[in-house]
Amino acid sequence: MAPPPTAFASLAELARGLREKAFSSVELTRWYLDRIAAHDGALNSFVTVAEERALAQARAADERLAAGEGTALTGIPLAHKDVFCTRGLLTTCGSRMLENFVAPYDAAVVERLDAAGAVTLGKTNMDEFAMGSSNENSYFGPVANPWQLDRVPGGSSGGSAAAVAAGLAPIATGTDTGGSIRQPAAFCGLTGLKPTYGRVSRWGMVAFASSLDQGGVLAHDAEDAALLLAFMSGFDPRDSTSAEQHDPWLEGLRRGDRVGTPATPPVIGVPRQYFEGLRQGAAQLDEARRALEQAGCTFRDVDLPHTGMAIPAYYIIAGAEASTNLSRYDGVRFGYRARNPQSLEDLYRRSRSEGFGAEVKRRILTGTYALSVGYYDAYYLKAQKLRRLIRDDFLAAFAEVDLILAPTAPGVAFPRGDLTSDPVAMYQQDIFTTPVSLAGLPAMSVPCGFDGGLPVGLQLIGPHFAERTVIETAALYQRETGWHREHPGGFG
Amino acid sequence: MADIDIQHLSRLAQLALADDEERAVRGDLERIIAMVDQMQAVDTEGVEPLAHPLDAVARLRPDEVTERVDREHFQALAPAVQDGLYLVPRVVE
Repeated sequence: MAPPPTAFASLAELARGLREKAFSSVELTRWYLDRIAAHDGALNSFVTVAEERALAQARAADERLAAGEGTALTGIPLAHKDVFCTRGLLTTCGSRMLENFVAPYDAAVVERLDAAGAVTLGKTNMDEFAMGSSNENSYFGPVANPWQLDRVPGGSSGGSAAAVAAGLAPIATGTDTGGSIRQPAAFCGLTGLKPTYGRVSRWGMVAFASSLDQGGVLAHDAEDAALLLAFMSGFDPRDSTSAEQHDPWLEGLRRGDRVGTPATPPVIGVPRQYFEGLRQGAAQLDEARRALEQAGCTFRDVDLPHTGMAIPAYYIIAGAEASTNLSRYDGVRFGYRARNPQSLEDLYRRSRSEGFGAEVKRRILTGTYALSVGYYDAYYLKAQKLRRLIRDDFLAAFAEVDLILAPTAPGVAFPRGDLTSDPVAMYQQDIFTTPVSLAGLPAMSVPCGFDGGLPVGLQLIGPHFAERTVIETAALYQRETGWHREHPGGFG
Repeated sequence: MADIDIQHLSRLAQLALADDEERAVRGDLERIIAMVDQMQAVDTEGVEPLAHPLDAVARLRPDEVTERVDREHFQALAPAVQDGLYLVPRVVE
């Protein structure tokens, strides 16, 4: 067949190739499966490759296309983070606890993308239960960063990020609870979108911290991310916190509209607090600001005074919610079960102790501490009060600006093993992403240059449900610059 | 920071930690709690706790049966079942 022009072709190019019959979906799917077979040994970005299922989906997509039917996604391969339930296909969540778990239903995100005709190549590796910033917490082994194999890809959606960055999938889903899409996107040179809390259904997404968890996208550019968002988002009555939000803009994208230019050039706020803790990337962010200025954006200082409280508040709230959510793993109804339990108590305790990894246990215990009698007010309630102050800082800033520009992470991808012995140092990776999560805002990480050969990401943060402004401004930047078109060598 | 009673916490969380694991976890938790204790520096007097970033409240739906019971399907996932029941160690002697 004539394969796509490069492993990094955009979704629009792939869709055009399919419609013009330059290649079939079966050929395209086979081509990506071959790339996974050739390159994933070095990356470990997939937990499960779904060859048969993918080819069956591709055949069905080819039939739809031949009948002149289908959507802009029909026949396009993608990868799902292994946190999304897939009927008949393993969903491990990076955990021994779910090593053999085959979900009895599809997640809403999977259901919607399947219905659009997308082809699932497989399920990507991740930090166990989405807890981590380096993808070193997976029961299935760490994931390598395609830019430098001894560096981490970020986490927790590290497998999705590495797979897309290396061209093993043209796009992938991820989830972001405290930065788990944006930080790996920054570390791997991708465009990563965390939508507004409630925009994408959590139904069938294995729960970590339910007031924060949000599904999203790891893509090569804002245009691709917008297209996947258009098909995966939308109200879902099965998710109790799904937002009843209807955007004609997203419907337009589904029908073939392209991402436009912001109606008026946005006024972008720059929060001092986000640049004080920056170790690397300051020059690249400055350069990005100048490029956006040239494109017509104006900048103004904004103040987000409670930024420093985001990590403490986040680790209490996320830990508390995790300790509650993960109480369902009891070794009885599904998941790992310890051998020869001596009593019910022994069954629970050993199944959980053997089934969960060290970081998951740390989070459960932190959450249990924060929720226990005598500590609830001082920790859990205090964190929720700070959550309001952090959110209100953003609301006040957005009274004056349309968007906020900030770094995504304090530095570039770090060497594997560097932070594993110090959980608190690892948590500091999330300093610029957790405030946005606590406030439930949409944000996108966009590649803006390199430091020492490793990608730097900038973060565009918008008001609730202002994905359009975020995406159009990112697209504007990507029309002016070419950082998102840089790809790691060695995966040709 | 108060003393962390790991044994109590692990009982509440239904985790059994080996001795060396317990030592490591204690050190980690002490550092994590010291880090989160920074929160106490901010005056939050009169601030309402925020549970949902968009202040949304639980949505109600008509009281209709929507879930299907598919015991066989769900029990296929269980480590041990018999006659449609989940098997656990004897609870009452």
